[in-house]
Amino acid sequence: MFDTAVIIETVVKAVIVVAVIAALAGFATFIERKVLAFMQRRLGPMHVGPYGLLQLAADGIKLFTKEDIIPQNAIKPIFMIAPVIAATTAFVAMAAVPYFPEFTLFGYTIHPIISDINVALLYVMGVASVGIYGPLLAGMSSANKWSLLGAARAVVQMLSFEVVSGLSVLAPIMMIGSLSLIDINDAQTGGIGDWLIWKQPLAFVLFAIAGFMETNRAPFDTVEFEAEIVAGYATEYSGMRWGLFFIGEYANMITISVLVSIIFMGGYNAFWFIPGGLMMLLKVSFWIFLFLWVRAAWPHVRPDQLMWVCWKVLMPLSVVNIVITGFALL
Amino acid sequence: MYEVIAFYLFAALTIAMFTIVVMSKNALYAMSALAGGMIFISGFFFLLDAEFLGVVQIVVYSGAIMALYAFGMMFFDTTRDVSEKMRSKKIAYTLFVLSAILMVVILSAPLVSSSVQANFPIVEHVGNVQMIGLVLFTKYLIPFELAAIMLLVAMIAGIVLASKKMDEHLNIEDEEIGNVKESR
Repeated sequence: MFDTAVIIETVVKAVIVVAVIAALAGFATFIERKVLAFMQRRLGPMHVGPYGLLQLAADGIKLFTKEDIIPQNAIKPIFMIAPVIAATTAFVAMAAVPYFPEFTLFGYTIHPIISDINVALLYVMGVASVGIYGPLLAGMSSANKWSLLGAARAVVQMLSFEVVSGLSVLAPIMMIGSLSLIDINDAQTGGIGDWLIWKQPLAFVLFAIAGFMETNRAPFDTVEFEAEIVAGYATEYSGMRWGLFFIGEYANMITISVLVSIIFMGGYNAFWFIPGGLMMLLKVSFWIFLFLWVRAAWPHVRPDQLMWVCWKVLMPLSVVNIVITGFALL
Repeated sequence: MYEVIAFYLFAALTIAMFTIVVMSKNALYAMSALAGGMIFISGFFFLLDAEFLGVVQIVVYSGAIMALYAFGMMFFDTTRDVSEKMRSKKIAYTLFVLSAILMVVILSAPLVSSSVQANFPIVEHVGNVQMIGLVLFTKYLIPFELAAIMLLVAMIAGIVLASKKMDEHLNIEDEEIGNVKESR
């Protein structure tokens, strides 16, 4: 089953994915500041390098050289491992995500997916939901009231959105009959009319909302909302441990963007004259922009409103959607 | 060879994690180790090509242990050690004997395992999910339905227990905000 060549190829792919996504996650923080600045008629970072581009390096140097403070009453091992959990789960979830159509390099066909397991969708969502252990453990081990409140909100949020994201994605799975992301992508090869977004508009909206909750992005950033609970679970963190949480958050944003693009928006199929790989990049960039746009446009919701909307609005809607899809398929 | 390495790695990690669960006096250590152990167990399913069960292991247990964390948060100060009172020596001795017998059974299991036949052997080109669906909805339909009914009963019981304020909204009503403003 396991060949040495396969192992080497997998390791190389994994290293490339981690390196590229970590770099992109860092770059996304810069993009976020720029986009928010333009939406609020500011300039954003401008001083370091041309057009503020080297701000990224400056931030990195600052995070790496800052003192790593661990509070006296904190539970040390768990406090130290929590940011690592947040970052690693975000990257582990990417193991089953196909990014581009397969291509040939030096006569060797490359599948841009680390492991093509046939339950990829379930795997990605499951591992991404394990990522909420990061904020949870950070909050519970910090020995700080604000952190504990952040952890409590993380539990509440996780138990709420998990149901919605699972049920909403069930309807497209029923239509395609496979959990493999490659099969889901291949089911939408016939141009823009074949995109699942036209057949499953409700599931698309519900999954997108659940995605915002999963990545702790505004308007659902209850876990770390400054005006209510200081910095939530990250109150006691400094330096690179704090940075790891945010690498994890931005990596999760990229994963959700890729998932939405593949499930609902035609994946990496070529479109008109645009090749598939470029199409994927465009879709993911659009979704990252949408994440930032929503943050600039909408106010934040309270945790009780979040639970209310999850259990009383989104979950019944997704169940109704499944029933309708079932009848339509019969 | 790689399978063997992976198996022993996951086995060692799982045993280490569950040892921490049993030995630790700190609730946070115990729960984190439990979550880690459950996730390492899914590695065995992946090694056996049972990807669906592996993922279900991750999804189900991460959610279940999340609920345990919530209870821990509500009832303990998880940053302190829990003082355990273990007075009865009889229980301890019985458990020792039982675990010794269990150890012997586990170690002698390979003697009979060669004659074990798979009830539902792997069919080529049929996925994990399809096979589990077929088996669940043909051979094991009645146990499956019974489990569904039990879950339904548990859900209704939960709703009844929590339903004292069912007719009120979870969020703050506009009227209440108005009342607060008037009373000022």
